[in-house]
Amino acid sequence: MLNSLYGAVELGLLYALMSLGVYITFRILDFPDLTVDGSFVTGGGIAAIMITQGYSPFLAGLAAFGGGAAAGACTGLLHTKGKINGLLSGILMMIALYSINMRIMGTPNISLLGTDIPFFSISQAGTRILLIAIGVILIKLLLDAFLHTDLGLALRATGDNARMIRSFGANTDNTIILGISLSNGLVALSGALITQQSGFADISMGLGMIVIGLASVIIGEAIFGTRNVFFATLAAVLGSIVYRIIVALALRIEWLNTSDLKLITALIVIVALVLPSAQRSWRLRNVSKKRTAELAGPTSQQSVGGER
Amino acid sequence: MLQLSQVSKLFFPGTADEKIALMGIDLTLNAGDFVTVIGSNGAGKSTLMNVISGVMTPDAGQVRIEGSVIHHLPEYRRSCWIGRVFQDPMAGTAPHMTIEENLAMAYARGKSRGLQFGVTSKKRVFFQQQLKRLDIGLENRLRAKVGQLSGGERQALSLLMATFTEPQILLLDEHTAALDPARAELITRLTDSIVREMKLTTLMVTHNMEQAIRLGNRLIMMDKGRIILDVNEQRKKELTVELLLREFEQISGHKLADDRIVFGGLNVTLRDN
Repeated sequence: MLNSLYGAVELGLLYALMSLGVYITFRILDFPDLTVDGSFVTGGGIAAIMITQGYSPFLAGLAAFGGGAAAGACTGLLHTKGKINGLLSGILMMIALYSINMRIMGTPNISLLGTDIPFFSISQAGTRILLIAIGVILIKLLLDAFLHTDLGLALRATGDNARMIRSFGANTDNTIILGISLSNGLVALSGALITQQSGFADISMGLGMIVIGLASVIIGEAIFGTRNVFFATLAAVLGSIVYRIIVALALRIEWLNTSDLKLITALIVIVALVLPSAQRSWRLRNVSKKRTAELAGPTSQQSVGGER
Repeated sequence: MLQLSQVSKLFFPGTADEKIALMGIDLTLNAGDFVTVIGSNGAGKSTLMNVISGVMTPDAGQVRIEGSVIHHLPEYRRSCWIGRVFQDPMAGTAPHMTIEENLAMAYARGKSRGLQFGVTSKKRVFFQQQLKRLDIGLENRLRAKVGQLSGGERQALSLLMATFTEPQILLLDEHTAALDPARAELITRLTDSIVREMKLTTLMVTHNMEQAIRLGNRLIMMDKGRIILDVNEQRKKELTVELLLREFEQISGHKLADDRIVFGGLNVTLRDN
């Protein structure tokens, strides 16, 4: 049990970079970006190829980030300059990336068996997780800092009120491209780390990644809140860990298959998307009922008083 | 200085719905001019604003600010000269960001945005000073999200954001029209004091005749895409709402028809065409 919990936390931390990426597009830019399913593999593929050819895993991660960022930039260009619908530009890039990823990897599956990966070969789970956690938190803090710079503010305003930030001189096409690019860079970096941790890269490892990212972001927000940028990115990281723990628990249920996971993930996202809006309208109805009663109250009392 | 020469704009050209939005507009605002613009529905007031701010490009003619030709530039590049306040109080601010972050974005108007922090302690002091001028207590709520403010507070903040960096041109597009009378009066007063104090060259579209007469040093009236009346400072002092309406009917040959027009403090609406 404890072992599977350790494993879940470790995976959660590695996937946290992916959910940070999804947070940038889905929450900040309000742009549902399906490129993620492809760019995750791009990152994994680049890392696998580079490591088997003897490059350092660190350099491989960096290159993966660059590859993902380039893919994201393409999606951004399709959407802003090509004026293609956001969802469709992501889907187009995702499909295109399948072929590109095959070209990068050469085969559908690359094993890293026999190659030495310094970081993930630390046998003690606690130390390993601690080191990974430090790295992930460092990246989260860097992202927080970026989102408070002039450029970062413009990026956030692009999703919040594009007309306003244009009137103050930001080119929203560029901020959208930058945001999607940064997002997919993080997603690809996550793919590279997962490849290093699991010891292989697979052409289908990105399948449904966007939904997992969404689930992580939404779970995190529901539990930890989004008071400001610091908490919102923290929620994305912790949400990813919680998601992995839920998965680990679900896998212990006997009558569930591993392949049922995607269905469970989709259900989590559906519930998390439907519940808040249903809750909101329910609450609003209650509040208006109460307020109407309150406002009607004094007048009816007055009329009673007038009779006397 | 803002100069429009022979600016024209057609909507839906070549179709059955073709409509003249602007036709041969010549307009020069000297530095420090505060011009109010009134006119019927569809007179071209908003199009005039859009052509200057870059939301639309004119079909013909030239727009110049401080001598540079700008009508071919995209909206975001014109912002280094232009400050704008929109009619919708929600349009001028980012609701999920804090007051100080919104101010920081306005502060970066016309500068290149890099990796320096948007809000610094030095800027925060400056923002606080500026917010005090509004006198509505926002200086104590720097870290509040703008979405929590009322419409009037948001519009006051928008006005400050558009002006505190002293743009060459200030465009106000019916910026009090969506507010209740008390808040509209507050924003009108703030507009007057800020524009006077900073000597901003201002173009203000309004539906409020009384406001159009009270504010500014010049008044223009538009009809069917043309400027039909240009009242200078001298004559504007003697202008009344009745005089203005009579003048409009004489020149244009029809009644001033605008379903949202406001005469003075009362919200009288004209329904005849």
